[in-house]
Amino acid sequence: MTGRLVRLAEASRPKVSFTFDGAVLTGLEGDTVLTAILAERGALRQAEFGPEQRSGFCLMGACQDCWIWQEDGVRLRACSTALQAGMRLRSAATDAWPATGDAP
Amino acid sequence: MTRVLIVGAGPAGIRAAQRLVAAGLHPVVVDEGTRAGGQIYRRPPEGLKRPPQTLYGSEANKAVALHGCFDSMLEAGQLSYHPRSSVVALEGQTAQVMGPQGVETIAYDKLILATGATDRLAPVPGWQSAGVYSLGATQIALKSQGVALGRRMVLAGSGPLLTLVASQLRKAGAQVVAVLDTAPLTTQAAGAFGMALARPRVTLRGAVMRAGLGRSYHAGVTLTRIVTDSTGPTAIHWQDARGRDHATPCDMVGLGWHLRAETHLTDLAGVSMAWDQVYHQWLPEADAMGRAAAGVYLAGDGMRILGADGAELAGKIAASACLQDLGMAAPDTGRALKELRRMQRFASAMQRAFPWPAQMVRALPADTVLCRCEGISVGDLRTTLSLSGPEANRAKSLSRVGMGRCQGRYCQLAGAEVLAAESGVPVDRIGRLRSQPPARPAPISAYLDKGPDARTK
Ligand SMILES: Cc1cc2nc3c(=O)[nH]c(=O)nc-3n(C[C@H](O)[C@H](O)[C@H](O)COP(=O)(O)OP(=O)(O)OC[C@H]3O[C@@H](n4cnc5c(N)ncnc54)[C@H](O)[C@@H]3O)c2cc1C
Ligand code: FES
Repeated sequence: MTGRLVRLAEASRPKVSFTFDGAVLTGLEGDTVLTAILAERGALRQAEFGPEQRSGFCLMGACQDCWIWQEDGVRLRACSTALQAGMRLRSAATDAWPATGDAP
Repeated sequence: MTRVLIVGAGPAGIRAAQRLVAAGLHPVVVDEGTRAGGQIYRRPPEGLKRPPQTLYGSEANKAVALHGCFDSMLEAGQLSYHPRSSVVALEGQTAQVMGPQGVETIAYDKLILATGATDRLAPVPGWQSAGVYSLGATQIALKSQGVALGRRMVLAGSGPLLTLVASQLRKAGAQVVAVLDTAPLTTQAAGAFGMALARPRVTLRGAVMRAGLGRSYHAGVTLTRIVTDSTGPTAIHWQDARGRDHATPCDMVGLGWHLRAETHLTDLAGVSMAWDQVYHQWLPEADAMGRAAAGVYLAGDGMRILGADGAELAGKIAASACLQDLGMAAPDTGRALKELRRMQRFASAMQRAFPWPAQMVRALPADTVLCRCEGISVGDLRTTLSLSGPEANRAKSLSRVGMGRCQGRYCQLAGAEVLAAESGVPVDRIGRLRSQPPARPAPISAYLDKGPDARTK
């Protein structure tokens, strides 16, 4: 699958490995979670109220379009969360409910 | 010591802090960003190393000066700084602040709100799809992450960011295939005169940038729809100024019509709001120095969208107002206020040059998604009208337009336009959505982790 984003600058930063829906992906140090996922994928998640996919909208923390989840159930805002090595991310909440919590 | 809380560390918040520090106060600054700077002077995360000249172009010196000003106050321990933290609610003289460690309460005597602005959006059929972004988002991606949000990009809307972001992307090597401006050349010409009178150099810089876009730029466009498949946009359909139809293949669309003042906290702080004809949005009422309610001061884009230079001035002025009210010596603001009036003349002319696309919104097909958060259509809202009457808050309760996660930031103005068109009343009569806390979605867990005693600071 090709990514939505094109890296125009600073593409030689150290690599950071993480998983998204079980697949191992590689981002770069200094990436947000949104950047790292969309560099390799077309979307972050499925919309809840329509058939379309979502990939963030405002990138400044105002629209909340970019919510995704960690495997432990914590929700995060992909546009304003820094990528960390070893993150285990999901495009949908885990089936197990209640989740342990949400990231503020 | 008097406790002053500043929300927002953009040009307005930083200059306000500087003036308070110079007067011997120790302000508390809360900002959502990872590093202080705000929107235009946004700093990339540590580890990205493009020089200021590349990031900020002609404004590089101002950016460096502003960042330096903040960093030196922080290093000297002259202020307290809460980065990556959102003020989610205001109550009495306390703010609830949600940060990486959960929610804490910060008490204050005076409050300076410098919360900036977000993109002002109008719906276009198909805009709910992945791959459609705000113009601001498009710029943030480039500045802060060095990425383009697509391979064949179309930018559409109106206002200064449209031309600016298109040129910045081109310069960085992105493929911008079309720049579609809904403002007709007639309004642009009418506004340009006033803009040039107030700020000739800035106006000229904009004109040169526009010329650089060449034939990819189109004025007086009507956006018809964004065609999408399951992965995102495949084309945008539009009509040119002479009514001819066009389809431009693309995989990304960036949309925006100027900015909308971020007034959620302002409203919660008890400041009254009024419809502003020129800016075509609800804006807080304040005196020339930013005094807006007892102990509440406003500065920057969150009060009036005057651009970054105006925000720096407004920050200093609001701090002076605050110092005066505390009975402390405050630097004179006569010249700054005069400068600010000049910026106001420029901004007003610019609003006339690049107006809100009222007709386009009024003519939206019924199946257009109006609320991106919950997929509510223009038709759904029109149907609500017979039950709700032409009033924004009742229409919200019945249709849920404005109730989703963005809290109406991106649908409120278009929703009002649709209701106004359908009921035949002026758009300001539809009223304004009353803000509710929290200003950002706040998970229950953020409140649960600590005992009540641990929270108050
Ligand atoms: C996306 C975007 C791009 C822009 N690009 C340009 C440009 O290229 N050139 C130009 O001349 N002008 C640009 N502008 C306009 C320009 O940003 C402003 O004129 C200037 O930055 C305004 O400064 P400010 O201090 O008022 O607000 P801002 O710089 O917007 O700063 C406001 C700060 O408040 C914070 N904040 C808001 N709400 C909360 C809350 N509840 N809790 C905590 N913190 C909060 C925000 O995170 C932000 O850091 C842009 C505006 C936007 C929105
Ligand atoms: S994209 Fe809008 S909050 Fe993340």
